[in-house]
Amino acid sequence: MADKNSFLLRIITPDRLFYENQVEMVEFNTTEGEIGVLPGHVPMTVIVKPGILDITESEGDKTAALHAGFAEILPDRVTILAEIIEWPEEIDVERAQAARERAEERLRSKTAETDMARAETALQRAVARIQVLR
Amino acid sequence: MASMRDIKHRKSSIQGTQQITKAMKLVSTVKLQRARANAERSKEYFTCMYETVNSILERVGHVEHRYLASGNSQKKAVIVITGNRGLAGGYNSNVEKLVTRHPEWKKDDVVVYALGTKGRETFLRHGYEVKECNSDIVESPVYRDAMHIAEELLKAFANGEIGEIHLAYTAFKNTVSHVPTLLKLLPVEVSPESGKKESGPSAIMNFEPEDVEALDMIIPKYVTSLIYGALMEAVASENGARMQAMDNATSNAEEMISDLTLKYNRARQGSITQELTEIIAGAEAIG
Repeated sequence: MADKNSFLLRIITPDRLFYENQVEMVEFNTTEGEIGVLPGHVPMTVIVKPGILDITESEGDKTAALHAGFAEILPDRVTILAEIIEWPEEIDVERAQAARERAEERLRSKTAETDMARAETALQRAVARIQVLR
Repeated sequence: MASMRDIKHRKSSIQGTQQITKAMKLVSTVKLQRARANAERSKEYFTCMYETVNSILERVGHVEHRYLASGNSQKKAVIVITGNRGLAGGYNSNVEKLVTRHPEWKKDDVVVYALGTKGRETFLRHGYEVKECNSDIVESPVYRDAMHIAEELLKAFANGEIGEIHLAYTAFKNTVSHVPTLLKLLPVEVSPESGKKESGPSAIMNFEPEDVEALDMIIPKYVTSLIYGALMEAVASENGARMQAMDNATSNAEEMISDLTLKYNRARQGSITQELTEIIAGAEAIG
């Protein structure tokens, strides 16, 4: 198991163990930009931003929409504590499209009481969902 | 001695009650199993969350941060998680007592966020300041509910309306043991003995973004996850407590029924004997 080309990736949500396997690489979006993690990474804790999670396994690739949480990266292990994460098959395209339009509308017609940060996060989430499906 | 009819009447009424308690026990057994499975599945997330936050705080040391210092306000917010229904033994009142009998808290300093109508009623009756919360969520809590509560509390904390946030709930140890627990959410306190075990990786952990900024983002998640975890455990405890209470009630009813059956039979035998004696006495008088 402990070979040099892979590390243990665990993705935990409040409701379940979302994913657990030996992987070669994982890529996702953080507050500091997109990062790709290979085995032997420097220990680091990062905050997740809505985006696509790409998992490279020896047999193939997997993608998911990762929306919120944070990740603890260690040389031989990566733990992602995800508040919201979905496999592509769990995403409702029409709902995501609708959410995207709603968020864009809200950002365009910004009034004093519009919560900009919230609308932006909603937009990012919707975009991530739609991208994962492509 | 009570008449046969009285005894019979009482017995059948107890039998009716027993049927209800038996049914309630079965229902809460099923609910308990589901709630316990949920609580166990979510446990991993909180253990991880707790360890990560502890290791971060340990590394950061005594940094000035708004979530680590007590606010100026004297007010303490207490989230009290109780059930919406009674008939669960001491489940509701044990949690309430944590707050009402707390040695240091004065009634005026406490703001209660009551989740569960039973708790809300009690605190209103005692004259506490009670903030409205959606009590329906204790039936089947989802993570989003915990997020809303955490958001509201953190906003109040940031505005200086409250100085501390506590959480009162019933921890679920196993099916028969549920412990009322009071937990301090904010300001975050690092327990000195935790984190010692993993001195290796945490010693060289890097943060992106920087420590203080990371804390800003992680601590709300930490608070949310604690609330969610408490909700899950409380639901399991409530059903466990109700199951126990109903089990006791059923066996008490059983005891009363067997006692009444004995009394009934004795009364029946007594009345037959009496009738016989009367008949014999009458026959002898004629003959």
